[in-house]
Amino acid sequence: MSLFSFLDRDHTIAKPGFNRWMVPPAALCIHLCIGQAYAFSVFNLPMTKLIGINQSAPNDWNIPELGWIFSIAIFVLGFSAAIFGRWVEDGGPRRAMFTAALCWSIGFFISAFGVYIHNLWVVYFGYGLVGGCGLGIGYISPVSTLIKWFPDRPGMATGMAIMGFGGGAFIASPLSVWLMSKFSTPTHVGVAETFIVMGAIYFVFMMVGAFIVRLPAPGWKPEGYVAPVQASKLITASDVYVYDALKTPQFWYIWIVLCINVTAGIGVLGQASAMSQEMFPGKITAVAAAGFVGLLSLFNMLGRFFWASTSDYIGRKNTYFCFMVLGFIMYCLVPYTGSIGSVVGFVLCFLVIISMYGGGFATVPAYLRDMFGTRYVGAIHGLLITAWSMAGIFGPVLVNYIREYNITRGVPKAQAYNVTMYIMAGLLVIGFFCNLFIKAVHHRFHMQPEGDGALPTAAEAGAAMATRLNGKPA
Amino acid sequence: MTSANENGTPVWQLIVAWGFVGIPLAWGVAQTIANALKLFQ
Repeated sequence: MSLFSFLDRDHTIAKPGFNRWMVPPAALCIHLCIGQAYAFSVFNLPMTKLIGINQSAPNDWNIPELGWIFSIAIFVLGFSAAIFGRWVEDGGPRRAMFTAALCWSIGFFISAFGVYIHNLWVVYFGYGLVGGCGLGIGYISPVSTLIKWFPDRPGMATGMAIMGFGGGAFIASPLSVWLMSKFSTPTHVGVAETFIVMGAIYFVFMMVGAFIVRLPAPGWKPEGYVAPVQASKLITASDVYVYDALKTPQFWYIWIVLCINVTAGIGVLGQASAMSQEMFPGKITAVAAAGFVGLLSLFNMLGRFFWASTSDYIGRKNTYFCFMVLGFIMYCLVPYTGSIGSVVGFVLCFLVIISMYGGGFATVPAYLRDMFGTRYVGAIHGLLITAWSMAGIFGPVLVNYIREYNITRGVPKAQAYNVTMYIMAGLLVIGFFCNLFIKAVHHRFHMQPEGDGALPTAAEAGAAMATRLNGKPA
Repeated sequence: MTSANENGTPVWQLIVAWGFVGIPLAWGVAQTIANALKLFQ
């Protein structure tokens, strides 16, 4: 028996009596740790003073150079999720979580070494590439497991896990600041030591998740759950093979919808502080802007749980219609709130927008399950995450470059974001129509049934939703 | 004595598992809300 056999899929099958509510904490152990990525910016300023200590020295790194660390990590997240999705699906959640824990913590250790020898390329490699692989594998590792445990509430289950990714920054940000304060001396900033401690803490935390996680036994169903025989119209009755999903228009429509939804939110998240201060000069101070950013992060997290849970009742397609229509209204209202000087209106608009940004991430696994079945949903989700990588480029470019263009043409700073807001609203109209075009996957893409009783079939799960939507089995 | 729920998993295991992730998250959220309140001051 191999040393790592406990990681095998077969050793992860739950014994009779295992409570499925143990699985969401396992998923949260992973997502709360990798969610640290959203808080990486707390290291930016200290890392510009590694040599100069009190102020940047000529040989110190600058902010644009450091900004690439996060960008590389998010880019690698998308592509590692796509590349390793099938491997994660086949190997089971524990092996994937263990690998994610290794990559994530080793990424921190390599980065600590990079900081110690003051070589930024080593940090790019450590946090960006190795840590980015941990991000991608960790992000998708619990998704299909949760869908299998919660065939009656897939949106809520994945929403809980993906909420953790949004919430990870809340823990990481104050923890990082506290650790740096403990390790800093008059001649030393303390970033490298902080990376080492955080890498160790995250490894332990993620391993707890890997030990807790279980797959349902063959034929398992939630107590009291009666799987209706027939699926609803928009939910496939069969499974679709991971690479066949790429041949369907549904995959690409969902890809575009997610990309647009993320583009609309990510540009705002990155520029929220500057935007709020420039649109309301004198009314929103730097301290208040920091509070605004915190509030956005909170709604980003809560939106993940709220919208994904709501989608279990109103359906995924309708949930995305809400994102597109509400988002369109909110983006059109933002310039108006600026023109009348309404800080409350401005804040409310962006809280709704950012809740839907998070909601888009959290609802999409269940949307994929509805379209392509349960069998390869984790791997297909991995492929879809490339939309996030692309949006990570589009969103900031739209916000930053259009602002710069407007300012160079003499537009006042307070109005420099108006065009961007209308472009975002226009993008959401495209997203609306892409979502409208999504129909059930054609049966020629369906896999032949293998009689595998281990997983609740998509038909069962789909019919469960139909029961909730229509009040009777479809 | 085993305080097991209807499915057999001891209740204390569920409490420990949820507390393990819930307490740090609640702490982080509390910190964030405290900072966010500055927006309205």
